[in-house]
Amino acid sequence: MPDLAAGLAHPYLQNALAGGLIVAVLGAFVGYFVVLRGAAFATHALSQIGFAGAAGAVLIGIEPVVGLLAFSLLGAAGLGALSLRSRTNDVGTALLLVASLGTGALFLALASNFASNVVSLLFGTIVGVDRAQVGLTAVAAACALALLAAIARPLLYATVARAAARSAGVPVVALDFAFLGIVALAAAVTVPIVGALLVFSLMLGPAAAAGCISARPGVALALAVALGAVAVFGGVAAAYETDWPVGFFIATIALLEYVAARSIAAARAGAGRGRATPAA
Amino acid sequence: MTAPASPGAATVAVAFANVGFRRGERRILSRLSFEIKAGEFVGIIGGNGAGKSTLLELVLGFIAPTEGTVRVFGNSPHGTRGLIGYVPQRIELDPDLPLRARDFVALGVDGARFGVPFPNAVRRALVDEALGDVDARALAERPVGRLSGGEQQRLAIAQAIVGRPKLLLLDEPLASLDLGGAAEIVTLTARVARERGMTVLLVSHDLNPLAHAMDRVLYLADGRAAIGTVDEVVNEDTLSRLYDRPVDVLRVRGRIIVVAGD
Amino acid sequence: MAEFFASPNVQAALVASAIVAALSAAIGYFVVLRGLSFAGHAVTDVGLTGGAGAMLLGLDPLFGLIAFSVGAATAVGAFGPRARERDVATGLVLAFALGIGAVFLHLQTKFANAQSTLLFGSIFDLDPALLRVVAAVGVFAIAAIAAMYRPLLFASVAPEVARSAGVPVRALGFAFLIVMAIGVAETAQIVGVLISTALLVGPAETAIALVRDPLRGIVCAMAIGIGVTWLGIALAFASFDWSRGAQSWPVSFFVALLALAAYVAARAYRRVRDA
Repeated sequence: MPDLAAGLAHPYLQNALAGGLIVAVLGAFVGYFVVLRGAAFATHALSQIGFAGAAGAVLIGIEPVVGLLAFSLLGAAGLGALSLRSRTNDVGTALLLVASLGTGALFLALASNFASNVVSLLFGTIVGVDRAQVGLTAVAAACALALLAAIARPLLYATVARAAARSAGVPVVALDFAFLGIVALAAAVTVPIVGALLVFSLMLGPAAAAGCISARPGVALALAVALGAVAVFGGVAAAYETDWPVGFFIATIALLEYVAARSIAAARAGAGRGRATPAA
Repeated sequence: MTAPASPGAATVAVAFANVGFRRGERRILSRLSFEIKAGEFVGIIGGNGAGKSTLLELVLGFIAPTEGTVRVFGNSPHGTRGLIGYVPQRIELDPDLPLRARDFVALGVDGARFGVPFPNAVRRALVDEALGDVDARALAERPVGRLSGGEQQRLAIAQAIVGRPKLLLLDEPLASLDLGGAAEIVTLTARVARERGMTVLLVSHDLNPLAHAMDRVLYLADGRAAIGTVDEVVNEDTLSRLYDRPVDVLRVRGRIIVVAGD
Repeated sequence: MAEFFASPNVQAALVASAIVAALSAAIGYFVVLRGLSFAGHAVTDVGLTGGAGAMLLGLDPLFGLIAFSVGAATAVGAFGPRARERDVATGLVLAFALGIGAVFLHLQTKFANAQSTLLFGSIFDLDPALLRVVAAVGVFAIAAIAAMYRPLLFASVAPEVARSAGVPVRALGFAFLIVMAIGVAETAQIVGVLISTALLVGPAETAIALVRDPLRGIVCAMAIGIGVTWLGIALAFASFDWSRGAQSWPVSFFVALLALAAYVAARAYRRVRDA
């Protein structure tokens, strides 16, 4: 790929790769817990809610990322509040998501300009990342990872054995909120790179695929980072060559990784002999 | 598919002929051969991984044996819709489930039939009768998700018997109950089975709560089985042979304890 | 207000939106019972991509909506019934489809307008021929739900027992996903992708909190769905006056907010009632 090698000399490509890699690492670690806690929908919702905030920011004339972050964190608080008394709260998540989208639609209608930077927030853009943003992304990601590392052990305990953890003094409810806040922060960081609609690709796909392959946390995390990096490199390279949106390629690679991982896991489990059941 | 056996005192409810089952590399059951007669109460006893649930799944027709044949009332398990009532191991009901106890039990009457259930006096009578049989009439109007585990289990039994099956399968119903609760469920099951003429297969890891109620015991260990009365099976000779290692059987004031010998 | 109801466009909007609201509520009851909220929402987002793509090709968006929605539902169903895997699969299929949407957008910037139309629906611009299609699909979907009602309820509440009673649990689950996709696509066509999720899960969950048995619950959900939709339309119209004729606020905004409000109110009521 002579083109790409030459292209790497360009700062904007370096920035895109650097930003993408940071997000891939962040996504692997946060995604590990997202999969464990069954928080896929909440993650999607938070990025959509953040998008509404970006639209609102555009409306009142401030930097979209500020609105993005503010609404993401507010959304995390809202989701946490809705889950306070019900175990699974998919419906609350769905309604909060749609209400945010409606609000975002309202903001856009009032602003009456389908601002191009808002559209790029939806899908991500390879050229949109400058050096300053890479720095900012790195700092925000580092914060999110540090927070996650701090609560990782009690969070794990609370996720797999909630009642036991609570009786051991773990503040399970506070951890629920803290986790959602971390996801909100991570989503806000990921959005400028991959876009609000495709946050999953790096936050869910690699971690889920790695989890299918290995049950050991260390191995799974390392594999998730590797898979995320592959998706980023592949996506940036393909976007550079074809000029198509980077989010598309990353999402496609992430899906392929997951399908491959599932197939490998299924083949390994060796479909049980004698499982001839026409009941279904 | 053989013609269904005609009803009679000597009807065979469940027949295993040289049945083996393998899942991947693991052999779960090997060379099981036994016959359970209609109306018998048989306890299926064994530790974890002995193959108890697999045996039930074979009877239910969820899985097919790797070797041998399984016959339920003379037919292959797939031809037995309506003949079997099943109480699964875990009954996880969402606390907010919008279903009353009687609605839950009613599913056992015609839940598999397509369409919308219009109010039906026959079904209501069957449900009331089943609720009465499990001493749950007072719970009829309560939302099923808010009842205690023991109450939900009784309703699950009601759901299993309401369709008047000939064979009742219960998978580890005693697992999370205390001694008093376990004795109650066993007595209840035995009574209902007698009144309705049902054959019962009850899976448990401890045979003591069943000792007075069951006719025979089917003891599973490492995929092999021994069937007979408690005295015939639960003794040191038979069990040592079954486990292929020394086994001691202790009797303490009417209760039986099986321990590994040295 | 009288002129509001006299307009044939408005009447068509009210009838069509009532049909899809009722339809969504009936399907949504089982969506909530089976924990498929995420899948239901993802299917609408994927449908959006398909519908907009169809518009670009000059086809009726309904084709693209239904095709992509059913495709997404099939993909999600294929990944298996276990909740955790299904949610991961849902997210990735959603991301992939949205990625395709990104490509469409890149190739054809008019795609954004097509998306916008489908996002919010063109409820006041309904083609009368479309109304007949809507009614037909609505009847089909409600009939399908009625036919599946009993075994689906059994399979949703006690899957192992249902299976032992001969209910084809997995096939039925798959069939339900397809019906959901069709219902959701049709709803999106009328009231827009944004509200189709709200109408799918909001009224059903509200009804579940208020009513104790499924049959009355479904009827209640339908009533709530229609109410929320009509109120949203009325408010959108009224907002034209608030902004002194500048512009009206989107119907989507009001319906989504009302659905959320109804849900929160019902939960609060239930907490008080059960205390």
